[in-house]
Amino acid sequence: MAIMDGYFGSYVVVVVLLLIGVGIFAGGLFANRMLRPDRPTPDKLTTYECGVDPVGEGWAQSQVRYYVFTYLYVVFAVDAVFLFPWATVFAAPGFGMTTLVEMFVFLAFIALGILYAWRKRVLAWT
Amino acid sequence: MTSETPGFWPPSGPEVVFLLLGVVALGSALLVVTTRQLVHAALWLVLCFGALAGCYLVLTAEFVAWVQVLIYVGAVVVLLLFGIMLTRAPIGRSADLDSGNRWAAVLVALATAGVLLSVVVAGFGAAYAPLDPGQGAAKPLGSSIFRTWVLPFEALSVLLLAALIGAIVISRTDIRGRE
Amino acid sequence: MAEVLDVAVRLIVIVVAFLLLPLIVGQMEHKAMAHMQSRLGPMYAGGFHGWAQLIADGVKFAQKEDVIPAAADRRVFAIAPAVALVPYLVVLVVIPVGPGLVGADVDAGLFFVLAVMGVGVLGAIMAGWASANKYSVLGGMRAAAQLMSYELPLVLAASSVAMAAGTLSLEGIAEQWRWWWLPWQAIGAVVFFVAGLAELRRPPFDMPIADSEIIMGTMTEYTGIRFALFMLAEYAGIVVLSALTAVLFLGGWQGPLLPGPVWTLIKVFVLAFVVIWVRVSFPRLREDQLQKLAWIGLVPLALLQLALTGVVKVLMA
Repeated sequence: MAIMDGYFGSYVVVVVLLLIGVGIFAGGLFANRMLRPDRPTPDKLTTYECGVDPVGEGWAQSQVRYYVFTYLYVVFAVDAVFLFPWATVFAAPGFGMTTLVEMFVFLAFIALGILYAWRKRVLAWT
Repeated sequence: MTSETPGFWPPSGPEVVFLLLGVVALGSALLVVTTRQLVHAALWLVLCFGALAGCYLVLTAEFVAWVQVLIYVGAVVVLLLFGIMLTRAPIGRSADLDSGNRWAAVLVALATAGVLLSVVVAGFGAAYAPLDPGQGAAKPLGSSIFRTWVLPFEALSVLLLAALIGAIVISRTDIRGRE
Repeated sequence: MAEVLDVAVRLIVIVVAFLLLPLIVGQMEHKAMAHMQSRLGPMYAGGFHGWAQLIADGVKFAQKEDVIPAAADRRVFAIAPAVALVPYLVVLVVIPVGPGLVGADVDAGLFFVLAVMGVGVLGAIMAGWASANKYSVLGGMRAAAQLMSYELPLVLAASSVAMAAGTLSLEGIAEQWRWWWLPWQAIGAVVFFVAGLAELRRPPFDMPIADSEIIMGTMTEYTGIRFALFMLAEYAGIVVLSALTAVLFLGGWQGPLLPGPVWTLIKVFVLAFVVIWVRVSFPRLREDQLQKLAWIGLVPLALLQLALTGVVKVLMA
């Protein structure tokens, strides 16, 4: 098996490109290190807060309002990945109408979930 | 599993890569539970999942590998980070991340690993399946899901829908049952 | 040996495209935006219409001091730009510019692209958290929420094309493309492009950056080369999104007279121009409008497109 061919070969190329990317990042930082001045002062290193000294810590507790959206996504994403293997066999001979019906059942489930979320006003701000 | 079984030595290229990725996955998993910084734990989890996806790739389970990246790195870890940032994500060490049950946890983890390992060894022993690129691609997966496993797939949709509705009901305090 | 050389040439082309195209798009944005706003934009650097402005910017960024705030988480702060940038480079490997002209023919190409692009958003979240700045944390959370809402329409619209073509390989999809896919997949194309814009955090979906309210959000504390790398990531993202939209919905290299790679480039730049045009034309959405657009607008539209694709495909078979 040739090293750059076929399944493993194409992923070797992907990995090489990944390493090149890391190399570009490191090269940029290295050039910067060679060229830059380095004179840190405590004032320079304070956190930016519109010109006044920072108040409290950098992190503050916030609203949980949108956590439901992320749930929505995780649930649907798990569903949606099945669409891809499906898409490749969908119109192949021997599948035909059955797959179409299955697809509508599937779409109905997603639509039902969104409809429920919408009816329960999860998708609204207030 | 009918083809001839090659020996363990010398290891082939994919085997070496698989082992290295396994070491990365294991090491970063250990860091997830031992780091004292909450957000770092989530980020080590990214590396762990990434190495796991690499393992799948080496085993020619191409589609599953990218599902692993899309769902676990792209969705579950982002969900975790989002949750942590919403509730409590100070920079630096948190003193209260340790649990008093750590030894019990270690014991349970080791026992689970032991059970899984012995099941796999007892079930498969030295069975050998050659790496066959193309078996894990989307097409064979699709035809086996939609020829053989349609019902589990649809049942899964129902399960996910139920989980979603449950999450909505729990998070909305204004949805109540009948008096 | 010839084989290795072939791969090396492909990789070099990809890297050059990755470093050059974002600069051209950036310069285009400078000039197009300026003229849309009755300004001239950069006119000085390099002489002719300020063509060297971004090169001068790059040289300036490379010489600037590397400031990491004392309160920040140094390691995460330092690597966040790489996490934002490198995925866009990796994605380029599967984007075909002509028949057979692709870095690596990955069978699950489309899915690979979606998965890897999702990783890039982690960079923004990491930057937002590690800066230890209130604006940045807000920006990071907005970035996360935005990714979560727009990934679903993106995935659904992409799977509609995969259904139409019956393959996940980007090269295969571009090969199968026919002109009548334009009306057939029109809804999917709009959904994909809009959701892609939101995932790139480009205006009008730039709440994670929102310079006028949270002062560049995730990038508040970044200066010098790291900031430049974030900007490069943003423009590389525009190139990748335009190229993907071109390959999936506009037939990639297909077109009369001109050779394939030229067509691909033309389509990429037309779409990049649309990205810039949208930026100039629309005001920033509010956070709740953003969520509403995703869940009540784009997701149902994408589902509609899926149904349409399925029905047409089965009727044709």
